[in-house]
Amino acid sequence: MRPIAILGAVVVAFLPLVAGTYGTTLLNYVGMSALVALGLVLLTGVGGLTSFGQAAVVGLGAYATAWLSAQGYSPWLGLLLALALTGGITALLGAATLRLGGHLLPLSTIAWGLALFFLFGNLEMLGQHNGMADIPPVRILGFALLSPAACFYLIWLLLGACLLLCANLLDSRQGRAIRSLRGGTAMAESLGIDTFRVRLVVFVIAGLLAGLSGWLLAHVQRFISPTAFDVSQGIEYLFMAMLGGAGHIMGAVLGAAVVTFARDALQDLLPHVMANSGPVEIIVFSALFILVVQFARGGLIPAVSRLLPARKPAPIADAPPLKRRPPPAPGTPILSVRDAEKRFGGLLAVNRVGFDLAAGEILGLIGPNGAGKSTMFNLITGALPPTGGRITFLGEDITGARARRIAALGMARTFQHVRLRPTMTALENVMLGTHLRTHAGTLRGALRLDRAEEAMARAEALRQLDRVGLAEDAHLQAGNLALGRQRVLEVARALAADPVLIVLDEPAAGLRKLEKDALAALLRQLRAEGMTILLVEHDMDFVMGLVDRIVVMDFGTRLAEGPPAAIRADPAVQEAYLGGVA
Amino acid sequence: MTTELALLLAQDGVATGAIYVLVALGIVLLFLVTRIIFVPFGDLVAYASLSLAALQAGQLPGTIWLVAVLAVLAAVFEAAGLLRAGRLNRLPRALALWLVLPLLPAALALGLAGRDIGDAAQVLLTLALILPIGPLLYRIAFRPIADAPVLVLLIVSVVLHFAISGVALLCFGPDGARPRPLTNAVVDVAGMIFPGQALLILAASLIAGVALYVFFTRSLTGRALRATALNRVGARLVGIRPGVAGVVAFLAAGLLAGLSGILIGPVTTLFYDSGFVLGLKAFVGAIIGGLVSWPGAVLGALFVGQLESFTAFYNSAFKEVVVFAVLVPVLILRSLASPAEDDEEAEEL
Repeated sequence: MRPIAILGAVVVAFLPLVAGTYGTTLLNYVGMSALVALGLVLLTGVGGLTSFGQAAVVGLGAYATAWLSAQGYSPWLGLLLALALTGGITALLGAATLRLGGHLLPLSTIAWGLALFFLFGNLEMLGQHNGMADIPPVRILGFALLSPAACFYLIWLLLGACLLLCANLLDSRQGRAIRSLRGGTAMAESLGIDTFRVRLVVFVIAGLLAGLSGWLLAHVQRFISPTAFDVSQGIEYLFMAMLGGAGHIMGAVLGAAVVTFARDALQDLLPHVMANSGPVEIIVFSALFILVVQFARGGLIPAVSRLLPARKPAPIADAPPLKRRPPPAPGTPILSVRDAEKRFGGLLAVNRVGFDLAAGEILGLIGPNGAGKSTMFNLITGALPPTGGRITFLGEDITGARARRIAALGMARTFQHVRLRPTMTALENVMLGTHLRTHAGTLRGALRLDRAEEAMARAEALRQLDRVGLAEDAHLQAGNLALGRQRVLEVARALAADPVLIVLDEPAAGLRKLEKDALAALLRQLRAEGMTILLVEHDMDFVMGLVDRIVVMDFGTRLAEGPPAAIRADPAVQEAYLGGVA
Repeated sequence: MTTELALLLAQDGVATGAIYVLVALGIVLLFLVTRIIFVPFGDLVAYASLSLAALQAGQLPGTIWLVAVLAVLAAVFEAAGLLRAGRLNRLPRALALWLVLPLLPAALALGLAGRDIGDAAQVLLTLALILPIGPLLYRIAFRPIADAPVLVLLIVSVVLHFAISGVALLCFGPDGARPRPLTNAVVDVAGMIFPGQALLILAASLIAGVALYVFFTRSLTGRALRATALNRVGARLVGIRPGVAGVVAFLAAGLLAGLSGILIGPVTTLFYDSGFVLGLKAFVGAIIGGLVSWPGAVLGALFVGQLESFTAFYNSAFKEVVVFAVLVPVLILRSLASPAEDDEEAEEL
């Protein structure tokens, strides 16, 4: 743990002594809200998803324990029920909605949030609109937590534990997978990450945190009513997360504190200024929220962390290598494409194209704009299913297989428009490439049981960075590298997957002469080390001096195939590129 | 359940559904052009209804205060933008467009306060009062972040609803109001009684649906508006101004919201906060219909009306639960039918 975190924990432990009863009560609300906001930080800031219905999940947890307590059971059993219910229902809702893109997912959270809210208000067993009162306090070893100070330690201990677990999680294999979500599905899936599963995991974690907060709320407040769980409350939790800084775990605590204390101050102040202050409070908060989104989308944390001393990156210790797959003998056939065809409605983008690729060679797939190269690329890597033909990779039929399965078989790719996570370091980006070679799950990551494997993954990532000549940039944010270096970084990420075949999509696009030369030198070095490379490229000069063989495509069909010299002399190719020889 | 009862419930469902059709059309219109799910659309409907009721009661509608605040804010935003760009010579034009023009109907309402101006004039004045709100909100809240990810636009949209329904509570108070219906006629078709106002709503929603469909699929302007939603930069390259397209869409949607409020208000009492649930139910209808299809929106909204009418008969307390819960299975079906496209996001939220 960082010294600053320990210092923070000590300060928090003494807060109830100085805050007084009222202040401690407010701090309790800060802690309970921060739990929910923490889930939203993971969901929104880190994972790129969001939920407007989080208050309803808090309600689920609160009502579950309140109902069980009313039957005479212990609040601790209520905690189990609250977590089981919130976990189960968010898993169900997530499974139903997390495949949706764009607006539909967050909008569906409003819908089920409202459905739950109306359910709380109408079920007789939950006290309808009056809610439930006389909820017993939590008891620890026979001691009832009645005073705000006693509740304070329960709330903040749980919050501290959750913060620690979440921080650990984000710094683990699953955490990196969560952080990769915002790079788009294509990138994550090409690295073998099951994006749907990762989304579901974050969604359920956020749900469990909200459920825990609801359990606390029920037993601390000892009274609950549906109004605390409507969509406007859900928005307030979201505001806390975004105000604090949705990309940072501590943003949840900071945001919850600022919003809770600001609300309290406003409630003190407004009645002095005007008679009808309720709506003004909502208007002020909404206006502030919109201003934050417009002018400070990163929230408060970036401004605060600038004041703190920068954290020195830990030196990367050497570790035993990750398991490698046996490399195929040079010359054995690796990839075979037979009569591949892709039809988009009336357009035949790829028309019965075929070629073979053997271990240890560089094959260039070239052609003028619109020749169908990129579509061919997508068929091979599983980004698009072909409408005809057969593609085999290492003896397995991968026609129409998902990108994830193809990646697991040993094919790694890069993207024409570089797809890295710009705010993750170069090292972390390359570590994403090791996803399929490592196995630590969510729980092991959160509990720090994955350290040996993490050290291996980190050492492997550094080795690959070194291999491509980027070792010095390991701790720089990927977004701060020049385009040429970003492309090479993508190659390092691909190499970290220990692939048999690397498929590069127009790697020279947008590079300057010197950068192209460096890239060509790197690819030659990789071939010398036994790597097989398929290059889809536009730039003839770049390809000619580099590859062993060329396949030329034009208008979706295979125009020619052969060594560079023969292709250069082929009149059909000259015709396609230059519009006929003068 | 007897056939007679089922027919009665179905008729009630059509009347309710027609309301949702009007609102759903507005939501689809704005989404198609601006990529914004405009959650406060329902609030504009409530504002229209409450304004008309206030005018009919001889009171000054509180809407003028909302318009005044928004116009001043928009003028400040415009002035700040021009100042930063060093183009203060365009300030008079900006002030005329964003401050004076939106305030004209409000000034008119202020001048005519307490005078009986007749039903038709009251309706027209209500429409004129509602019209500027949409473009002003767009200018203040959305234009500064027009290139942001859809998630951010959606968050702002939801927050905006809470702001302007808060203003509505200040302007109109917590009580609902019901304006007089435009017609008290009753139509008898084969023994079934249809109130004239419900038929008006149905007619308006069908006419609006057909008009929007024809405009967006047949006319060049309509296609240009759709193009801006797909690709703002591309649209700009071929000579479409996305900002103007947004304003036009919000004007059209404002008109639709005004009409909806005037037509719906006499049938169901609208309160300052009724807009949210109204808008979301219409939205459920729009999603059922696919969100980008006009006929789909109409059918989806009508379906929601039927659903609500029949569940209300069995258990009125749970009609909201059912309407919102039905979205989940609908979404599952939709996600099975068309997998989400790959959307890479900018790093900042």
